[in-house]
Amino acid sequence: MVEEPLYRRESGRMIAALTRIFGIHNLALAEDVAQDAFCRALEIWRLRGVPDNPAAWLMTAAKRRAIDVLRRERTARRFAPDLGRLHESEWTLVPTLDAMFEPSAIKDDQLRMMFSCCSPRISEEAQIALILHLLCGFSVGEIAAAFLSSHAAIEKRITRAKHALAQSSGLFDLADRDLPKRLASVQRSLYLLFNEGYHGASPESSVRAELCREAIRLGALLADHPSTSTPATLALCALMVLNASRLAARVDALGNLNALADQDRSLWDKALIERGIELLDRSAIGDELSEYHIEAAISSVHARSCGAAETDWKKIASLYDLLIRAKPSPVVALNRAIAYGHAEGPERGLAEIAAIDDISRLESYPFYHAALGEFELRRGESTRAREHFDSARKVARNAAERRFLTQRADACAAKSGASV
Amino acid sequence: MSEFLFLYRGGQRASDAAESDKVMQKWVAWMEDLGSKGHLKDRGQPLDPAGKVVRGKQKVVTDGPFPESKDVVGGYTLVTARDLAQAAELSKGCPIFDTDGAVEVRPVMEM
Repeated sequence: MVEEPLYRRESGRMIAALTRIFGIHNLALAEDVAQDAFCRALEIWRLRGVPDNPAAWLMTAAKRRAIDVLRRERTARRFAPDLGRLHESEWTLVPTLDAMFEPSAIKDDQLRMMFSCCSPRISEEAQIALILHLLCGFSVGEIAAAFLSSHAAIEKRITRAKHALAQSSGLFDLADRDLPKRLASVQRSLYLLFNEGYHGASPESSVRAELCREAIRLGALLADHPSTSTPATLALCALMVLNASRLAARVDALGNLNALADQDRSLWDKALIERGIELLDRSAIGDELSEYHIEAAISSVHARSCGAAETDWKKIASLYDLLIRAKPSPVVALNRAIAYGHAEGPERGLAEIAAIDDISRLESYPFYHAALGEFELRRGESTRAREHFDSARKVARNAAERRFLTQRADACAAKSGASV
Repeated sequence: MSEFLFLYRGGQRASDAAESDKVMQKWVAWMEDLGSKGHLKDRGQPLDPAGKVVRGKQKVVTDGPFPESKDVVGGYTLVTARDLAQAAELSKGCPIFDTDGAVEVRPVMEM
């Protein structure tokens, strides 16, 4: 993956630390101060050159700006209540801020911010946008591009969510009794964020890779903290890392989708696979079997096999049996049917698809039609297969999907042509 | 070789972080280019736009600086060049022109 721009990570760190210092009700001030510190740094660097450790430089700049603000406005504004009166005396102000800008403190602040963004008072969609904006340094325009949404819609969503956030009594406390419940929401948001990057709407592959990378980075923060490093967290991290190992092979240089079976497995990132499997091993403690465990296990079976033909589809099918019980949904049922089709032949696959409850909900899902097409093609019914790929193409959600499905439809035509 | 001062005037701040980052990278590349060709005498310093102006016999202090914010000097660099024409030519690589700014090129008076 390409190197992450500096402002991505550092803006999130600065805003989290500054919000902790100023209080959540001063979120807008924290954002302004972070933005200002960043812009000033760049103005200096453009003449003086970028320092060896720009991240540390930026945090020092943010700390100095924070000290200025606290000195100037300590009578006019109310800051974080848990800061007490420490900022009121010159004896305590600087040492207090030094401690609050320690790397471990900033990590905790980012977690608190992440948990605050996932408040039940904020909708799931808005949680993800807010996390991207506040913790990952995405501008409104970049978020709109990633979700193929209008600038105005995203702006409204974020403004509303920030307002809800600023109204809350304080940043989420990691010692709070509600931690396990809130942790589940945080995990879900990161899962959705990752999937938006992996499967999502934006055709631009660099944006998708960035979303995946941010989800993995925030997941690693959860996995690093003793209060949040639960088996489900580790399994979620394993799942994201394992799937990300295939990102480079999933889309080719022209932005075309490659089906798992057709991917060039030499492009799979071996270091990520290793890390994913290690995380999955670590997640196998205690008796909790979350949906992330099952999905990560499925992904690890793919990651470990040398080719589509050598894949242990029986094992994948049995994991889908577990997943459909943990998380029943038509899409999971479809993937289960596909696994059975690979394990036991196209007839079984078609039968499993026909047995899906709620199948009408899959009508608008292109890969439902594509799965029917693949199995029909495999049992030699290329005309029928082609019809399915044509239906799939009609509901494709972006140009890459459309190209991919057109290709599959053409493959059917070639087959039926050859058999005549 | 003679010395010339580049005064950077005006130029807008980029609207978002990604954009500012790109602009900064362009400046760094330009500076490196000047340096590698032996024209860079002193990188100089950026200047904060806020300031004071002290004027007249009465030494009246006003908040600065200046009537037109687009003319405010935002920084300076000292370069060496054969003559004023070459110095002006060198300034043309400055990324400030992308954001509506100007470079004032002034010869340092020699003894």
